[in-house]
Amino acid sequence: MTRPTGALVIDIEQVTKLYQMGEETIHALRGVSLKIHRNEYLAIMGPSGSGKSTLMNMLGCLDTPTAGRYEFNGKNVASMEDDELADIRNREIGFVFQTFNLLPRSTALANVELPLIYAGLSPSIRRERATRTLQDVGLGERMSHKPNELSGGQRQRVAIARALVNNPSIILADEPTGNLDSKTGVEIMALFETLYEQGNTIIVVTHEEDIARHARRIVRLRDGLIESDGPVG
Amino acid sequence: MKALLKRPANWIGFLLGILIWVFLPLGVAVGIYLAVWLYLWLFVLPSGKRLRYEFTESFRIAFAQIRANKMRSVLTALGVIIGIVAVTLMGTAIGGIDKGFSNSLAMLGEDILYVQKWPWGGVEDWWNYQNRPRITADIAEKLNQVIESTPNSTLEIAVPVAMRGSPVKNGEYKVNSVILGTTGEYSRISSVDLTEGRFFNETEANSGRPVCILGADVAEALFQGRSPLDQSVQVSGHPVTVIGVLAKQGSFLGLFSFDNQVFIPLEAFKKYLGLRRGVDVRVKVKDKNHLEESRDELEGATRRVRGQLPGERDNFSINEQQAFKAVLDPVKQGIALAGLFITGLSLFVGAIGIMNITFVSVKERTKEIGTRKALGARRRTILLQFLIEAVSICLIGGVAGLLLTYGACLGLQAAMPSFPIDFSINLVFISMLVSVVTGILSGFAPAWGAARLDPVVALRYE
Repeated sequence: MTRPTGALVIDIEQVTKLYQMGEETIHALRGVSLKIHRNEYLAIMGPSGSGKSTLMNMLGCLDTPTAGRYEFNGKNVASMEDDELADIRNREIGFVFQTFNLLPRSTALANVELPLIYAGLSPSIRRERATRTLQDVGLGERMSHKPNELSGGQRQRVAIARALVNNPSIILADEPTGNLDSKTGVEIMALFETLYEQGNTIIVVTHEEDIARHARRIVRLRDGLIESDGPVG
Repeated sequence: MKALLKRPANWIGFLLGILIWVFLPLGVAVGIYLAVWLYLWLFVLPSGKRLRYEFTESFRIAFAQIRANKMRSVLTALGVIIGIVAVTLMGTAIGGIDKGFSNSLAMLGEDILYVQKWPWGGVEDWWNYQNRPRITADIAEKLNQVIESTPNSTLEIAVPVAMRGSPVKNGEYKVNSVILGTTGEYSRISSVDLTEGRFFNETEANSGRPVCILGADVAEALFQGRSPLDQSVQVSGHPVTVIGVLAKQGSFLGLFSFDNQVFIPLEAFKKYLGLRRGVDVRVKVKDKNHLEESRDELEGATRRVRGQLPGERDNFSINEQQAFKAVLDPVKQGIALAGLFITGLSLFVGAIGIMNITFVSVKERTKEIGTRKALGARRRTILLQFLIEAVSICLIGGVAGLLLTYGACLGLQAAMPSFPIDFSINLVFISMLVSVVTGILSGFAPAWGAARLDPVVALRYE
């Protein structure tokens, strides 16, 4: 909470990404520039093949661009090594996946503690922070349940708690309601709204117009380029 | 200083002293430094603490994984179990042979040389030994005369011992025992430990009185717990009075028992069983640390007594307990070699099984690996996790193998108390080490593959 609201978090300039598929070279991104500030609520939209997933992987520091500049909180991540990227992901990015991606044999609490283990925090601090975060997403009562004992909405809440627990700079959600019924989906989007109002920066990647409308800004991609970028309305 | 120069031993001591005084504090300082450093790293510095937490987490996940796939884990561990059982059984057998051997050597007497017709340990050119003149009882007497007339002799005394298997009877009870005929001086070369009565004296021995000392098992078998003292037994059909009972000694390598012996005077032996096969002459040396010298002296003395010409080959053999070592070494090596082969083979098979199962595990959990990487797991974290999983399976196999061997040893000991086995604590360390090394070697390739997975690809994997 030390950075003033509105500070630049993500600064991407003329980023391209090439994939080699056998003989063919695929231009997943053909020169994308994007600035995301602190406490923004952004939706990234686009049909499949538009480069949406590639951009998300890039934003989440899971992948590095072929060319172009990418600065995360002023740090150049475009040329980082695997382990450096892992540390950035651990500290700066909270992932929420469509399929929740919880560890099946670990309790909700253990799942939420996992990023804190990688951050090198002691067991007592881990427990305390994971417990608090689970309470924040409304799962204080179900901390010792395993994922298969939880409903879809509860699982996604565990995943959101896991994304939040290390106080990341951005929350990156990939189709967060894709595996949920519409009622639960609305609940999860309400949770994102609350998190946004609490000052978090949220990026939702989706192909559903309804979901994207919850955000304040929509970036539309087509054929590896930004088609439009503007406020919802 | 002059005195020091004259005596180099002091110089060495002096230098050693300096070295100790310099290096001991240095070593202690380095040790403390390392310990402090390790403590700081593991418990204070963030990077070390993180590694420690990752370790704990990896073990937790590994055991959860093994619990979730019990059957698979057990089958995988089987190879390691067999390997560890092989290595520990081999160790137990070798340890047992060593233990039994040193116990048995003590029974043979560490300071006794045996003058005999045949060498111990077997020979290939038996025909060269067949025609040697037999060792007669008077050789012991003559040897004693030589020993007495030699100033500073390294030998103490020579005693003839005749030996032959023969039944001993008391009424309807009958035992096949080993009859030993010797003189009253036998008690000077071997500590004769009696529970009852006494050994026969010089007079009794020389006159060939019908008296005997029974081994513990013979006494038990013939008298069923009653005291045999002053009772009569029949040795080869002749009535003999029991004047002593030997304390229990145990068996030699579990092969032949010392408690199965019956001692009678040599003269009586001659009368009852005859001395056609000759006798052994047992010679006690003064200092067992100079056995070689004594052996040379005894060889010369025996040649003199036997009237052998210079250049002639010895027509007798001088045996000592050491010879048994030479016989036993190949046996031990054989066991070790066979054990090593079986161990290596089963561990190899086990390692391949573990490698395979770790590959399967990595494949199954590709998405989990992607998730972990997205949450900040480094390559090292993933590598460690799968290595620990492989090592855990191996360790479980190792512990199971150890327990199996331990159980087998206990069972064997209960069934055959005299069988030499020795389950040493070293075996525990060795098998744990072998398990860990097997786990690391077999788990490394799949774990390395997992660690190098591209998170994007891993996350997309279904």
